[in-house]
Order: sequence, then structure tokens, then C-alpha cells
Amino acid sequence: MLHALTPLAAVASGSLDHPGFFVETIWVPFALMVGAFALALFLGKRMPLKGPEFGTIAVFIALIWSIGAGAQWFMRPSVDIAEKSPQSIACISRGGQLPERLPALEHEAIGHAQAAHSAASVPSLPAADAPLPKQVPVANAPQCPEVHGDGHSMAAGPGSHTPPPTATGGEGSAAPTMHVRPYYEKEWPWWQVGDTQVMWGIHVDGYTLVMVFTVALISFCVHVFSLAYMRTDRRKTHYFASLALFTAGMFLMVVSSSALSLLFGWEIMGLTSFLLIGHWWEEYPNARAALKAFFTTRTGDVGLLVGLAILFFAAGRTFNIAQINQMAAAGLIHQGYLLPAAIALFIACIGKSAQFPLHTWLPDAMAGPTPASAIIHAATMVVAGVYMVGRLYPVFFRAFDIASHDAHGALFGVNPVAVIGAITVVAAAALAFVQDDIKKVLAYSTVSQLGYMVLALGVGAWTGGIFHLFTHAMFKALLFLCAGAIGDVVGHSFNMKTNMGGLRRLMPKTFAMFMVGTAALMGIFPFAGFWSKDEILLGAGKNGYLLISAVGFIGAMMTAAYMTRAVYYTFFGDYRGPTESHGHKVEPKDGGWEYMLALGTLSVMSVVAGIINAPFFGLQFAHYALGEAPVGAGAPEPPFNIVYALLSTVFVALGIGICAAYLVKGVGRGLSRKVAPAGALVTFLTKKYYLDDLYEKGVVHFIAHPLARAANSFNQGFLDGIVNGVASMVRSLSTSTYDKIDQGLVDGAVNGAGRGAKGLGGVFGGLATGRIQTYASLMFIGVAALGAFVVALVYTY
Amino acid sequence: MSVIYGDPAFDAAALNVATFVPAVGAMILMLMPRKQEFLLKVVGLVTSLIALGLTVFLLLRFDYAKAATPQFVTKVPWIPVIKSNYHVFLDGMALPLFVLSAVVIPLCIVYSWNHWPAPHNPKALLALMLILETGMLGTFIAEDLVLFFIFFEVVLLPMYFMIGVFGGEQRQYASIKFFLYTLFGSAFMLVAFMATYFFASRYGGVVLAAAPFDIPALSAWGYKSVALTAQMLIFAGMFMGFAIKVPMFPFHTWLPDAHTQAPTVGSVILAAVLLKLGTYGFIRIALPVLPQAARQWAPAIAVLATIGIIYGSLGCLAQKDMKRLIAFSSVAHMGFVMLGISTLTSWGINAAVFGMVAHGLITGMLFFVAGSVGERYGTRDMGRLGGMLVSAPKMGWLLGFACMASLGLPGLAGFWGEFPAILSAFNPAPGLNLTLFRTCMVVAAIGTVFAAAYLLWMFQRVSFGTPKEEFANAHLHDVHVEEWIAWVPLVVGIVLFGVVPSLIFSVTDANVQQMVQVFNPKKG
Repeated sequence: MLHALTPLAAVASGSLDHPGFFVETIWVPFALMVGAFALALFLGKRMPLKGPEFGTIAVFIALIWSIGAGAQWFMRPSVDIAEKSPQSIACISRGGQLPERLPALEHEAIGHAQAAHSAASVPSLPAADAPLPKQVPVANAPQCPEVHGDGHSMAAGPGSHTPPPTATGGEGSAAPTMHVRPYYEKEWPWWQVGDTQVMWGIHVDGYTLVMVFTVALISFCVHVFSLAYMRTDRRKTHYFASLALFTAGMFLMVVSSSALSLLFGWEIMGLTSFLLIGHWWEEYPNARAALKAFFTTRTGDVGLLVGLAILFFAAGRTFNIAQINQMAAAGLIHQGYLLPAAIALFIACIGKSAQFPLHTWLPDAMAGPTPASAIIHAATMVVAGVYMVGRLYPVFFRAFDIASHDAHGALFGVNPVAVIGAITVVAAAALAFVQDDIKKVLAYSTVSQLGYMVLALGVGAWTGGIFHLFTHAMFKALLFLCAGAIGDVVGHSFNMKTNMGGLRRLMPKTFAMFMVGTAALMGIFPFAGFWSKDEILLGAGKNGYLLISAVGFIGAMMTAAYMTRAVYYTFFGDYRGPTESHGHKVEPKDGGWEYMLALGTLSVMSVVAGIINAPFFGLQFAHYALGEAPVGAGAPEPPFNIVYALLSTVFVALGIGICAAYLVKGVGRGLSRKVAPAGALVTFLTKKYYLDDLYEKGVVHFIAHPLARAANSFNQGFLDGIVNGVASMVRSLSTSTYDKIDQGLVDGAVNGAGRGAKGLGGVFGGLATGRIQTYASLMFIGVAALGAFVVALVYTY
Repeated sequence: MSVIYGDPAFDAAALNVATFVPAVGAMILMLMPRKQEFLLKVVGLVTSLIALGLTVFLLLRFDYAKAATPQFVTKVPWIPVIKSNYHVFLDGMALPLFVLSAVVIPLCIVYSWNHWPAPHNPKALLALMLILETGMLGTFIAEDLVLFFIFFEVVLLPMYFMIGVFGGEQRQYASIKFFLYTLFGSAFMLVAFMATYFFASRYGGVVLAAAPFDIPALSAWGYKSVALTAQMLIFAGMFMGFAIKVPMFPFHTWLPDAHTQAPTVGSVILAAVLLKLGTYGFIRIALPVLPQAARQWAPAIAVLATIGIIYGSLGCLAQKDMKRLIAFSSVAHMGFVMLGISTLTSWGINAAVFGMVAHGLITGMLFFVAGSVGERYGTRDMGRLGGMLVSAPKMGWLLGFACMASLGLPGLAGFWGEFPAILSAFNPAPGLNLTLFRTCMVVAAIGTVFAAAYLLWMFQRVSFGTPKEEFANAHLHDVHVEEWIAWVPLVVGIVLFGVVPSLIFSVTDANVQQMVQVFNPKKG
């Protein structure tokens, strides 16, 4: 009842209650993948292909399901809600009922100690917040929005749907309104303690469906790719079982209505990440990398446990994400709880989404099979932290006071989300310069791009961050799968300098698709990354985070530069790889249909994924994905801005140009002469080369050598050193604790007592001689004395 | 008195028979010739299966809607001189642990079927296991302090012999340490029980004057109108008895030795059930009977529990022997259970009961696997092991599964013992120091990272990589049939309770709610 979607929605439009079959059964993809996992585990080895059958079929159905749900969601009528108006959200979603239990007020423990704070917090709410919908009947609640469109407008279809958000022109107006589709939620009881019912269920909004689609599509491509890539693997069945379980965990996380089941999905992914990184566990480094990944993310997970515990009580004993969001947005959670909760949850994000300084596990995680790296360590699992922050956005928005950029933030004026994101963008990008392993270049690139997403969420550009999550998944999966396709045919190595070079002629299709991915990653018009990165930079600038925005531009330049380098080493020059490996002839060539299908699909997506949010399409993505929570928190939606777009293009071009120039000089050949596809941009900057020695010596050398090397040695020496140092410290601490305290002191006391007893008894043998009765009676005497004391004491009262 | 099916007396009789049939079986075994091994095994197994069957019957007859009310009650005068009654019943808090005990023993017997620890003597080991079973089952249903004490002590001797006779090289040292340490605690507990007798007789009113050892009556009384200092002393006495059994830091040093030296089934029974006698004592006796003292002691318990979590983990990281590592992990895990109990909230205590069952299944599983590893390789030294996924892949993955469960992976049973306990420490019962408990919460949460560290470290060293030279050509038999039979129920239980936690929470909650009312007067 608490979670039923009722009155208002029902009155206004019956369809709000029934958004459609696929939407209402969005848990099915999860169930399918769990089933596929179980079947692959128990029957996989007996199947003709040894296991991939179940997962591939299941994920294909899941993909169809996600597309069906996505289409049905498109038909859903939207409502107007004012930004920063959590009350109106509550009106839509809860049928005018705020949670029955208000936080921190009636609860015993919070009540008794923090009574002063809690009591203070509620009366001090703004007057506008006072008439909570709980007291106001729906019909009389003026702040409840009207539902836009009903059955009729649905029939009109998406084409004639509402124009772009009014926020576009709302720069001067006091309370801009947004059209959003109210979320759909369905919950079932899970378990209960006292009168607190813990539910599990589904929470669907545009955000959910974007994620479900992304996961299903990437997973499908990876399954198909793996059919060929893992064909002869010694543990194929295990691989596909883990992949299915991973996909299930990801689905579970993104459809969960409860933070607790979100945690379930989160940890299932951690487990499968461990299994897949350590897939070839015979080799010690792989096993070590698997452990490192699990352990590092688990360190972040402490934050998740603590943060959820705080929010659970602060939001009135619930794990329901929507309720937590509404209460956070309405200011009903005291800052004294909200801030620690947000910090704790953000630590979880830092661990899971490989943010500085916990990012060191991700490059090591490349020890796993490449398709697994593509889905887990590039496209989906590593965005779990970003997803969680985006999902609980009002908590972060309020706690870190994201709306105020000018040093009024909650943490001594520092907004940790934006700052950590910005640091990660640059730190990781710099590292990508010194890698010889193409997978590691891509891994650092992933870290850097995750930094963009976090940065976006930190500056209030919610849509930008989520949009980038979506586009990045497409092009980064593409790049990884291309790298896998290359590594497969150059002697099972990913070293660009020793095993690659000149592949553009040997593998023309792979090259073309890699270039699509590279262009998307660099943010070149009109590829996907252009639109999403631009929106982040614009959001940062428009919301007043100018410095952060500047870091974003520099990051874009660096991205362009390191990708230029990677492309150059991989595809240009002459082939440097072996011609023979383990007795097999090595001849690089494009892969079979499995590769082409997977890479082709992702290539197409790397182009179109960005355009859907282009201004001439009416910012469809923003309108689609934007849910009530970010709007209610006050995250504004910046419109497209040509100045930012041009500026970012210039930065990207600069990055490419500088890097290309450097490479050309370093290698002593004119890159531009050989490369038609690199196009005008490279030529343009190459021509400037002799004019601008400054660039090379001042910037590129500085970035490529001292800065990047320093960053690398800081990374390998210091940060990794801390991880290793802490581990060895704990080892030595525990060894000495064990030796000195446990074995010496505590145990010694016990044995000492025994020896004392021996001395007292005089005639008795050693402790280990087995004369147990003697000791027992001795002890009984001691205890009886104590007992007599107790009883005597007792009777003195 | 005619006892027919459907009659409450029939169910009550079933409870008593289930509890004592293993002891009867043990007696029959003792009368049988030692040479008749197969027959001995059959008798042992059948006896334990009768107890299990009756337990299943009771599970079906149990009225879950009234889980808080005593069911299958037997109450008859027993030792009139000291007004002690034979009073037993089952309720929601006892039921999961009762079932756990009844399940573990048959699994241990099946596991041992063809693999008896040296010296080869199935007759003795079977008899010891069955006596242990009666002791464990009895402890969970006893509702009279004297009866509880006797059952509590009944388990001591068989376990002593199990370690001392069938144990490893240092078995004598370990068994005596175990015996003395627990006996030491029990003596304090006995004194506390005796003091309770005197107090209850004098201040407890008419009901308690007639039955001063009756646990439900004592709980209803709750030491009202007795000076707090006296209550605290008596609680301290009980604490010694229970905390040593748990074992809580710093009273845990008997445990690693006992576990390391015990035969596999001994370790399993010790970990799966015996440790729970201590925690069960806290929630069945110490907390309800002495609520005011419990409130005073709770912060100290929380601190010790939290130290235990970190300390146990550090201990684990220093180990070379698998079994010793798992033993230290018990210290850490029971720390979570005790942290939950110390919050005096329904969340914490529910989590504690869940944690007891989960730890029983998971650590039982870990000890089973560690025992099988030791049996196959002839060593449990992690420095010498490695590559078990190559030599015995199924066993390797089962070890991995148990490790994942033990580190509290959501979706497996261990999570529900940990997370709600951490949660409850954020918001302990009124009157408890919030800062202290919240600090404990954060430290305990950090303990989960340590758990991941030592368990994965163990898993990595035992299972990953390739076999070391000395075992490179060893032909190891992967999981045996008996091992499958013994382990599959544990695996199923770990997954089932992990996914459907309400299977346990819905049974325990009513009892727990009733119990914590006294700590939460506002909610009354």
C-alpha cells in the first residue's frame, strides 16, 4: 500500500498505472539471465557449443524486451513539474502521499540523541514546504501538477510530443517547468522486521530503460563476439556462465526499486568481475589482478553499506530509492545524516567506477578475456558507481549543495563529486600516453571518461552525465572489441609497439570501425561522444563551474592526443608483429561474421547514439531519460550551445594535431602524407608543425614525458605502493599481532594461569599431561570462591 | 495418557523424542560389537535421521502465526528440592537453531561414512556425535536454568573426547585447553544461575518462588526491584560463561587450537552449532532476564565484538593453516553476531539469529572442505597447496563458493547476518551511546573488507595457480559421493536463505519483537 501508485495517476490517466506489458515486466531480462546462468552452469558442458547457447539466446530476448519496454515508455504521457519542487514529485508518484513515517522525528534513537537537530530541522523548513501532501488532500493540493496528455495524446505518438523542455528558454524565469514521464514502480514484500517491511521490486523511468537497453545491447554484442573469440577456450562454459550472471546482476541493479536489491546487483557484478578477470587463473598475475579488483571495489563498498544504513534510518526506515530521493529533495533529511551518507556512497562510487585515487585496479583488470573487459571494465559494470550517484541524485545534490558553485558547498566549499571527477579525467588521460598495451590505453581512457560522468553529476549536469554513460558504453565497447579482434590475430598480444603497426591495410574493416569508435571517443562531430561530452562541458560552464569546465576541455584535448597515438601505433607504419607464434602462422586479417556483427552494431550506435540528443532532434534523449528525481533536485537541463561545441572541437583538433605532429617528428615520417582518413584536421595541424616547435617541446613533450611519466610512477609507485604497502603492513601487523599479542599475551595469560595453578597445586603435572580432573577441581575451587563472594555481596543489599 | 496424532501432547512428545533419541542411539551403539562397522554406521545414521524426521514433522506442525508463543510445551516437576522443572518448548527464536543442529549431525555421519579419522573407531565417534546432538538440541529447547546448564555441559565432554582422541598432533593440549576454558566460563555461569535462584526466590513474587529457575518466568520478572550493581555482577557471571563459548575477544584463544586439532566432523559441529550455544544463551537468558544490566553492559559488548571483528581478521591474515584461518574467521563472524545482539534492537537480534544459522552453514561448509583438502593432500599448509582448480576443480569451486558466502556476498546467507547487524549499530536501543555504536558500525563495515581479503587470499592460494611440484602428479579424487550428500544441503541452504531471508526472519521476528520491548519502552 505504501508503494502503490495510486489516486492522482489513476484519476488523471489510467495508462499511468499500466505503462505497458514490457515495462511492467522489466524484471524478465534479469530472470532470463539468471536462468541462462543456471543452465549454462549445470548443462553447459553437454551442449553442442559447450555453453554459449543459453546466454546468447537469453540476452537476445532481453534485448527485444528492452526495446519493447523502451517503445512503450515513449508512449507514456508526461507531466509538467517545476524544478526544485519535490512536493510535486510526491504528488505524482505517491498519489499525494508522502511516506507515512517521517524521518528522524518519531524514531527512537535518532529521536533521543538528535532530538534537538531533528526538531530544529523540520520547523525550519521553508513555508512552502510546510503543507506536505500528507496533510493536503490531493484535490486541494495546488502544487500537484496536471498530467499532460492522456489517451489522446498517446495516440498522437512521439512525433508530436511535447516540445523541448521549457527550461530551454527559462533562463530568466523563476520556476522553470519540465516535462517528465512519471515513474512506474511495482514492489513485492521481501522480508520484514517488526513493522518495517523490506520490499523488492522494479522502478522504471527513462533512466532505467536507457540502462536496460545499453546493458542488453552491449551484452548481446559481447555474447556474439565471444562465440568466435572464446571458441577454443579451455573454460568456455565458465566464461559464458559468468557472463550471463554478470548481465543478470547488471539488470538487477538498474531495475531495482530498493537500494538493497541494488546492492545485490552491485555485488553480483563484483563477483563476476572477479571470476572473469581471473578467468585464466593458472597464471599468477591474473589471479592477483582478480583479487586486486575485488578487494579494491570492496573497499569502496564499505561506503555503500554505511551510506545505505544511514539513509535507511534517515528516510524513515525504508530502502525505497524513490522515497529516499523525495525526502532528500524536500529537505526532510537533516544535513547531519545526508552529508555523511552522501560521502559514504560517493566512496563506493570511487571504488566501483574507478575514480582517482581508487582507479588502479581497472588497468590490471585487463588480464581478463577482452570481450569481458569490454562489457565489464568499459561499458557497464564500471559505470555502476555513476549509475548509483545518478539514481540517488537528490541525496548528492542536496548534501554537496551542487547548485551553488561558488564555494558555498557543504564540505569547506569543495564539491567532492566535481573535483574527484575532474582530477580523474586528467590523471587517467595522462597515463594513457605511456602505455604500450592497447588495452591499457583503453582502460585508462575508460577511467578518464568515467571521470567525465562523475564530473557531470558533480556540476549538476545530470543529463550530460547519463548521456555520456550511454554513448561511452557504445563506443568504448566497440574499441575494446576491436582491440580483441586485433589481439586475436597478431599473436595473442596487445602490445602496440611489438605486435602491431600497419594494420589498416591488413584489417581494413576493423580499422574503419576502430576509427568510428575513436572519433566518438575523441568527441568529433557528429559521432556520439561529441554530443555527450559537449553537454557535460556546457553544463559545467553554465552552472558556474568554470574551472571544472576548463579541466574538461583539457581532458578532451588529451583524449584526442592519446587516441591519435594509439591509432598511429596500431594501424600505421609497417606491421611489426610476428609471422609465427607457437607453430601457427600469424597473418592479421578481419574476423568472421561474429566479429563483424558485433562491431558493426556498435559502430552504428557510436554514430547515432549521440545524434538522438542533438538540438535538431529536440534533445530527445534528455526528455526521454530525465526522471523526476534529478528534476526535483533542481538539476537544470542546459540547451545546446554552439560556442561550447566549437570550442571543444578546437580542443580535440589541437590534441590530435599536437600528438600527430609529435609522432611524425619522433618517427621521422610524415603521418599526414600516408593517412587519407585522418583527414583535414591532421593535415591542418601538421602543416603548422615547423612553425610551432613550442607545442612539441612545451606541451607534448611535457604531457608525454615528465607529466605522464610522473603520473605513471605516482600511480605505480605511490598509489599502487600504498595499496601494496597497506597490504604488507597489515600482513606484518597481523603477523606481529598474532605472534606477540595473540600467542604471547592473551594465550600466555591463559597458559600463565594454568602455570599459576600448577605452582599453587605444586604436585600436579604439566598442563598437557591430561590430568584434567585435578585442574577442573582446582578451577572449581577458584570459581566457588568467586561465587561465594558474589552471593555474599548479593546479600549485603 | 493416550498420545495420538494431532494431539498437542503428541507434538510435545515428538519434541522430546527428537531430542533424546540420539542419546538412546548412542547407548545402543555402545552395546554393539565394535567389529560390526556397517551396522554401527546404519544405527548411527538411522538414529540421527529419526531425530531429523521428527524435526521436519515439528517444522510442519509449528504454528508460524504464533511464533512468539511457546509450542510443544512439556513442563513437569523434575528436582523438587530446588524447584527445578523439566520445562522444554520451541519458539521462533529456538526453531532455526534446533533445525540446524538436527541437520548438521546426519550430514557429519554421511561425510564420515568411508573416511574415519585415526584412530579408526567409528563406534566411538558415532556415539560421541549422537551424544553431542542431544546436548545441542536440548540446550535450544531448555526453559529451566538447571536444565539449560546440564544440556550446555553435556556437549563439553563428547567434544573433549572427539578432539583428544581423534584430533591432530597437538590434540591433548587443544582438548584440555578447550575443556578448561569452557568449564571455567561455565562455573561463572553456574554461580550466576545460583544467584538468580536466590534473588528470584526472594524478590520474584509468587510465581518465581514456586519455580525460581524457570526462564520464561524469570524473563517476565526481569530482575525488577533488585539493585543494579547486583544485576550487573550476575550478568557478568553469565557473560563469562556465554562469551567464552561464543567465543568473544579476548576469550577466544581456545578456539583456533580446538578447531585446528579437531577431526573434520568435530570442527564442523563445533563451528556450526557449539559456538551458537553461547550467543543463544545471551538472547535466551542473559538479555531477557537481566535487561537493565544488559543495557549497562551493551557498550562493552559492542566494543569487544568490534575488536573481535578486526582482530579475528588480522589473525586470519597471519595464518598458514587453512583450518586455523577459518577458526579465526569464526571469531570475526561471531563478532558481527555479538554486535547485533549488543544493539538490543529487533534488527540487531534478528540479524544475530540469522548470522548464527548462516555462520553454521557457511563455516560448517568451509571446515568440511578444509578437512577434505587436508585428507587429500596430507597437509593444510596454504604455502604448499595451490592449483586445486586443476587437481580437483569441483572441490575448488565449492571452496570458492563457501568463501564468497563467508565474506558476506549479497544473495548468499552470510550477508543477512552482517548487513542488518551493521545497520542496527547505527541506531541502537534508546539510552545507548550513539557515537560509540556508530563508530562500531563503521569499523565493522571495514571488517567486511578484511573478510574479503583473508578469504580470497585463502582461495587464491589453495585454488588458483598450478599445483606445486610435490603435488604436480598426485591424482586427487574430486568430490566423493558422501561429500556431495553432506555438502549439497549446506549449499542449498546458503543460497536459499540468501535469496529468501524471510524464511528465517519471519520465524524469529515475533519473538525478537517481544523480547526487545523491554529495551524500548516508548514503543511498548
